[in-house]
Amino acid sequence: MYHSLHEAIRDAEARGVTLATVALEIESRDQGRTIEDIREVLGRALAVMRHAVEQGLTGDLRSNSGLVGGDAAKLRTGPAGPLAGTVFRDVLMRALAVQEVNAAMGVIVAAPTAGGAGVLPAVLLGIAKQKGFTDDQLISALATAGLIGAVVAQRASLSGAEGGCQAETGAAAGMAAGAATEMLGGTPSQAGHAVALAQQGTLGLVCDPLGGLVELPCVFRNATGAAIALAAIEMAMAGITFAIPADEVIDTMGEIGREMDVRYRETAGGGLAATPTGRRLAKERLVQIKRV
Amino acid sequence: MVSILDIIGPVMVGPSSSHTAGACRLGLIARDLVAGTPESALIELHGSFARTGEGHGTDKAIVGGLLGFRPDDERLRDALTIMEKEGLDFRFEKTTLGDEPEVHPNSVRITVKRQHRQHVMLGASLGAGRIKVSQIDGYPVEVDGSHHTIAVVAEDVKGSVARIAGILSDDGVNIATLRLTRKHRGGDAFMVIEVDEPPGDNVGADLRALPWVRWTHRIDKVGG
Repeated sequence: MYHSLHEAIRDAEARGVTLATVALEIESRDQGRTIEDIREVLGRALAVMRHAVEQGLTGDLRSNSGLVGGDAAKLRTGPAGPLAGTVFRDVLMRALAVQEVNAAMGVIVAAPTAGGAGVLPAVLLGIAKQKGFTDDQLISALATAGLIGAVVAQRASLSGAEGGCQAETGAAAGMAAGAATEMLGGTPSQAGHAVALAQQGTLGLVCDPLGGLVELPCVFRNATGAAIALAAIEMAMAGITFAIPADEVIDTMGEIGREMDVRYRETAGGGLAATPTGRRLAKERLVQIKRV
Repeated sequence: MVSILDIIGPVMVGPSSSHTAGACRLGLIARDLVAGTPESALIELHGSFARTGEGHGTDKAIVGGLLGFRPDDERLRDALTIMEKEGLDFRFEKTTLGDEPEVHPNSVRITVKRQHRQHVMLGASLGAGRIKVSQIDGYPVEVDGSHHTIAVVAEDVKGSVARIAGILSDDGVNIATLRLTRKHRGGDAFMVIEVDEPPGDNVGADLRALPWVRWTHRIDKVGG
């Protein structure tokens, strides 16, 4: 697998092909599987992503603790804000839906992790609906997203316990931004800028779940992560470039993660988890979980 | 080697790829060490596993793995109830296994017993559902569950690697990686062999028949 986006972009542009193509080729070689086989597995992941969105939109899911649930449905039927009727609101709704399913111990695709699983399906499926993209195009986008995530895994981290939320919803935003930019017809370079633009906006983001539950703020951080991805896509498609290459932004994320105090790495020892309300809610809800 | 399918995946029961899916895979590997559901298990949680495991369902996931449930099995949700119903003696303890970075923040030591067998493993969940088993029965290993793996403890005799490779080759199994470690010269050697195809049942029997093999076990692929 590629260790840098720079190399992947260089190879793709030299041959006039997409990042998805070079990603699938190297995956096929590394794993000894055919490209058709890999696409089929990605197709199954796509089906699970779709199902999770639908399940989340029914609005009758509650997490074990009852801290989250039912908010995706509010974005579907609730009062209009300035983004009503746009792909933006649609994407936010889908991100909440998948994370609500996750918090309720439903079946999702960890992409790259379960805690950040809402961003990628929300952005890709929301844009595909608006533009009428096919499943084949979505599967290619998942391959591009996988390549970006693989580079992040090797250069930095995809674990909140190691790198904070910047390594989970932050990485997911980078993956979604690069993949969607390519799906929309952006060049590999533009996709690289989209990754950098998304990840620069999530640098330093801590992992501070109440009571250690992947619920609050995780569900909402997937929605805001998706919003950052959309912002990055819009900028990259307009031809905006980011001066620091994506690989270096990713390295920075890794460096910040390594320096991050353990309280901000999924231990519920700091951040929102350690606020007076955060502590009180966690205590009440954990007692409730034990009774269930 | 990082794979796209590890990143876009696994398909899993929430809520946490490290604390639920990874934890489940560690449980599955511990189960494999005793070739079935253990009668008793001591599960020692370290770091983030100890501090936030309950909320993430880490306890349910490890127990689910010990029961043989895979990360996408919705029965994980009810694993603790199933464990109680089956009268299994699985206990949890919070512990400190060492300092970072030598010990990963999501680490667990699992001691499993079934019939006459008892084994202990140390493993960690690395994020995105990826795992690493770093010790089995005190031997340093590196098992990530992405391949079918054969672990062998043998006396440090000349030609042992060639004999073992021969047995695998006769079974038509291709070796992907092989690592050999020993505690000291002339001491027991520990081999971890990752293979591309699931080895046949006869492989274990053939290995056990070698007089200098003390213990061997096949660990099935649990990821990818």
